[in-house]
Amino acid sequence: MKISRITARAGKWLSEDGPHRQIVVSSRVRLARNLRDKPFPGWAKKAERIEVLKSVREAVESLAIMDEPIAENLEALSPLEKQVLVERHLISREHAAKGVGSAVVMNGSQTLSFMINEEDHLRMQAISSGLQLEKGFTLLDAADTELEPMLDFAYHARLGYLTACPTNVGTGMRASAMLHLPALVMSDQMNKVINSVNKIGLAVRGLHGEGSEAMGNLFQVSNQTTLGETELDIIERLNKVILSVIEHEQNARAVLLERKAITLLDQIGRAYGVMSHAHSISSKEALNLLSVIKLGVDLGLFPEAHRLPVDALFIETQPAHLQKGAQAQKMTAEERDSLRAALIRAKLGDVPEPDIAKIAIRASNTPKNDE
Amino acid sequence: MQCDVCQQKDATVFLTQIVGGKMQKVNLCESCSKEKGVNDPTGFALTDLLPGLGEAQNLENSDKTLKCPVCGFTQGEFKKAGRLGCSACYDVFIEGLEALLKNVHKGSEHIGKSPKEFLETRQYTEKIKALQSHLNVAVKAEEFEKAADLRDQIRRIEMGSEV
Repeated sequence: MKISRITARAGKWLSEDGPHRQIVVSSRVRLARNLRDKPFPGWAKKAERIEVLKSVREAVESLAIMDEPIAENLEALSPLEKQVLVERHLISREHAAKGVGSAVVMNGSQTLSFMINEEDHLRMQAISSGLQLEKGFTLLDAADTELEPMLDFAYHARLGYLTACPTNVGTGMRASAMLHLPALVMSDQMNKVINSVNKIGLAVRGLHGEGSEAMGNLFQVSNQTTLGETELDIIERLNKVILSVIEHEQNARAVLLERKAITLLDQIGRAYGVMSHAHSISSKEALNLLSVIKLGVDLGLFPEAHRLPVDALFIETQPAHLQKGAQAQKMTAEERDSLRAALIRAKLGDVPEPDIAKIAIRASNTPKNDE
Repeated sequence: MQCDVCQQKDATVFLTQIVGGKMQKVNLCESCSKEKGVNDPTGFALTDLLPGLGEAQNLENSDKTLKCPVCGFTQGEFKKAGRLGCSACYDVFIEGLEALLKNVHKGSEHIGKSPKEFLETRQYTEKIKALQSHLNVAVKAEEFEKAADLRDQIRRIEMGSEV
């Protein structure tokens, strides 16, 4: 019952206007904490997990920062509800696989989520719009400080916060930004970017997994190391890299506009055509086309008013989100593809044709600038 | 080839990633690759899976039977799972862990946020330093029993169980 308050509407961050929002879809920060001398969830017996769950859940629900907290034990959630939360990044895939002894606590606006007994006893996460990693950390830092007197966190004088996996020890912080990089992909520069970001100890992963064929041209950049730097140093390092990736994306867009205006127009026009007339569309195709439409909005080919509906479709066209809106019990992939196409046609129905004048003007200028 | 995660089924999914010039490989069976979200639209990172696994398997001279007195986890299990049993395991397996942490992280000492209560008793660093120098003296003088006591006391302070 309560969880429907969450699943029924999108997270508040989606409609907010964060810095660099055109390219940075969202920022997420996560802090891992554990209770001293209590077995980590992966090693704890059921009774031990339940005991930890009880004390952590109580403490988290009492936090001042939580507006209308919604808490649910994992066994009380249906597979569909879990999957909706995964698609919104409110819980992890690993957490969704948990049952008795694990729980999730979220705030009403879905910007904060606390996973209890995931890999660690507590993983708290803040999501914000655009590039706002400091903001996320500040929120979690305050929550963490407020939890301190209530929960005996495992802390080591030299190693910092102790975590189930040694790769998270120290700050226990993982900060990541989701970037939309269509021009870098179109101009075959993405592998270069991934390699250079990897070299400086940050991870880049596609929404879909390994680098090259990321769906929807979406990539996550995150820190890989958690020990030996302060939280704000890690975030500053990430910010620098992300700002430089944004600059590269913007340059790649400018170059495409100058040299490949026709290709660009063609892709946007085709995406518009397919999306407004398709009757069956897979999740992958939808993400890739939405990415092109989103680029079109960025370039001014579609009215700014359509930015939010397009951004929302990235999430709404995911399988569990489609299923939850459907009447059918459990849809087949074919039924989902057809429903997805119908949803897109409905949502993009009032988007006017791309305003090609916006590009054509610049394209006609290029020979002069070039020579 | 066996799956690196469940160590039971045959691996059918093979992943390779180069991070910081180091090649990491992981082999997964069908069900573990699904569970870990490989090929899933909401994101998958080899790095989330691997450093723990790969590095733990490389623990040198590790005594597999070394056991945590608090939770009963053994070093052998750590090598297999790449995850520890409880916070006290860090104390028990510290020797093997130091090298692993050095490999995986930027530094070997935490300089970020610490609990307020902990900050208030920051004189502990001074105390540890003093104990450490006593320890060095004891080792030089070959007073090993005394040295072992001092080492245990330092560990207890570092773990926060004694201030």
